[in-house]
Amino acid sequence: MAGEKRIKVIMAKPGLDGHDRGAKLLARVFAEAGMEVVYTGLRQTPEMIVDAALQEDADVVGLSSLSGVHNYFFPRVVELLKERGLDDVLVVGGGIIPEEDITGLKEAGVAAIFGPGTKTKDIVGFIEKNVR
Amino acid sequence: MYDRHKLDAIKAEKEQWDCGPVEKACAKFPERKTIFTTISGEEVNRLYTPLDVADSDYETKLGFPGEYPFTRGVQPTMYRGRFWTMRQYAGFGTAKETNERYRYLLEQGQTGLSVAFDLPTQSGYDSDHPLSMGEVGKVGVAIDSVDDMRVLFDQIPLDKETTSMTINAPATVLLAMYLALAEEQGVPYHKVGGTVQNDILKEIICRGQYIYPPHPSMRLTVDLIKFCYEQVPKWNTISISGYHIREAGSTAAQEMAFTIANGITYVQSCIDRGMEVDSFAPRLSFFYNAFTNVLEEVAKFRAGRRYWAKVMKERFGSQNPRSMMMRYHVQTGGVTLTAQQPINNVIRVALQTLATAYGGAQSLHTNSYDEALCLPTEEAVTVALRTQQIVAEESGAADTIDPLAGSYYVEAMTDRIEEEIDDYIKKIDAMGGTLKAIEEGYIQKEIQDSAYRFQREIESNERIYVGINKYTMEEPPPTNLLKVDPKQREIETEKLEILRTERNEKVWKAALDRLAEVSRTGDNVMPAVIEAVKARATVGEICDVWRDIWGEYRPKEFV
Repeated sequence: MAGEKRIKVIMAKPGLDGHDRGAKLLARVFAEAGMEVVYTGLRQTPEMIVDAALQEDADVVGLSSLSGVHNYFFPRVVELLKERGLDDVLVVGGGIIPEEDITGLKEAGVAAIFGPGTKTKDIVGFIEKNVR
Repeated sequence: MYDRHKLDAIKAEKEQWDCGPVEKACAKFPERKTIFTTISGEEVNRLYTPLDVADSDYETKLGFPGEYPFTRGVQPTMYRGRFWTMRQYAGFGTAKETNERYRYLLEQGQTGLSVAFDLPTQSGYDSDHPLSMGEVGKVGVAIDSVDDMRVLFDQIPLDKETTSMTINAPATVLLAMYLALAEEQGVPYHKVGGTVQNDILKEIICRGQYIYPPHPSMRLTVDLIKFCYEQVPKWNTISISGYHIREAGSTAAQEMAFTIANGITYVQSCIDRGMEVDSFAPRLSFFYNAFTNVLEEVAKFRAGRRYWAKVMKERFGSQNPRSMMMRYHVQTGGVTLTAQQPINNVIRVALQTLATAYGGAQSLHTNSYDEALCLPTEEAVTVALRTQQIVAEESGAADTIDPLAGSYYVEAMTDRIEEEIDDYIKKIDAMGGTLKAIEEGYIQKEIQDSAYRFQREIESNERIYVGINKYTMEEPPPTNLLKVDPKQREIETEKLEILRTERNEKVWKAALDRLAEVSRTGDNVMPAVIEAVKARATVGEICDVWRDIWGEYRPKEFV
């Protein structure tokens, strides 16, 4: 994929959580790593996020949540992506997400969860390696 | 502050010291870094001497506690009279569960309440709204109507305890519920004390819990200030907040500068609405962060107090010293906590508490060590409260006022931060004020640039963070995390259904119609909001009245 087309990432904040320091920081890091990034802003419903992914022809959807609503929102985004035929979009998540929730989120189709303290270059590396 | 001859002598000796012993020592053992900086990126010298504060005049720059320019504190006796208020921010699940936590904290010696609302309440949605999905009772307590408020303060007398409410866009609604409850308890308005955050500008800048466009939002803010001035004189009508600006990534100086810029905007808006500056300004309060770099934080607080006093006196012509006092609450830095080796956070919070005490705050919330992982457990909350009690009772930090004054370093840093604040205020004034600077994304970008710089420093190991890029270790996944009942939304939805069938439809409808009518005019909305909550209108219904009139705010994103 590298060299042919730039990786396109949608960064999204599902739900009502306003903590977007991480999402904005990653948007900048991804852009500097050569990716194309669209940040949706706050208060996104799963439908809005998937619409954006479709419209932008995204390769990756990055979801950020620090308010504890990941178990509802993250799987719902994966589900809607599938319904809209966007099975090949890589979904990754981050924020304050307890260890015990990670297995369930991965089973639901979230490729990776990046917690506090993760190096941004590891996230970039993961995306570059796993984007389909 | 010093004699010219003495300074010349010190200067000569310092030069000798630099070229002699220092050079020799560095040749043998180079210093750890070529440039030392604070966590905010402020350069720190090897040594500070009287030369760094040579032009400082004690009377004009420092003065005495309780006197202009308040650099040394806002009260004449500070903590020798009484400690800062130990006020732990708490709220989760239903009003009943939160009420239990409040009564536990009060039993443990906490001296004031602080309500955390869940995100639907903060965004003006009822628990059964589609956007509330997954959020009900999560990061705070779910309050839909005055019925919930009654349960929240069960057995808590509103004339004895003061309550701080972190509520902004719907601040008028939650204050109205609190006042309605006070009335039920037989407590007159003039005996009710507390604080609402009511700071919409920082929501737009960085915290995200806005509802309406900036102008109608500012109108609600000022309506509340004006109403309280007239009827609830002990209420702190706004808590102008730097806390979230710092959490979003700003430096210490930016935190203080942008908060003061917002403060200037609120004061100007009140004056524009015909209020005398000294009528409302004594009830303005502030809210700041405290990070682990103790001395920089102390300097920040001292610089902020001095600058604000000057703004109120010189820019707004205030004559009342109370209007010039920057009184503030502090919360220790949420973003400074690590999910790795979480017990280390106890130490971070202790240092931040010390910085807060040295800095002269009026109240403090200490974070719990497990907050990078989950909502705090009761055990973690108790340790956090005990941290404050240890600093207050054992450290001696509370026994003399402004104990770091006169430190060459702290005074030099105070001056430097004050200069930075002044530069930003001048820049923002030149742009046409805070609202303009926000609209252009200037303030947001400044904060984001600082956040980015910090992240780069951590990842390149230029700055060390224990447990993140040094002294790391393998550890088992954490256990004993607080869980909020996922059935929360159903519980609240059921209560709402009952409320909607029980209440007097006619009275409710009339109250909302009246609110809409008042909101379209220039009259103060507060009396109509109080009538609406008494008629058992919900937070969502009241906020919808205004959504219909003013629309919703959708910011431009600056990344």
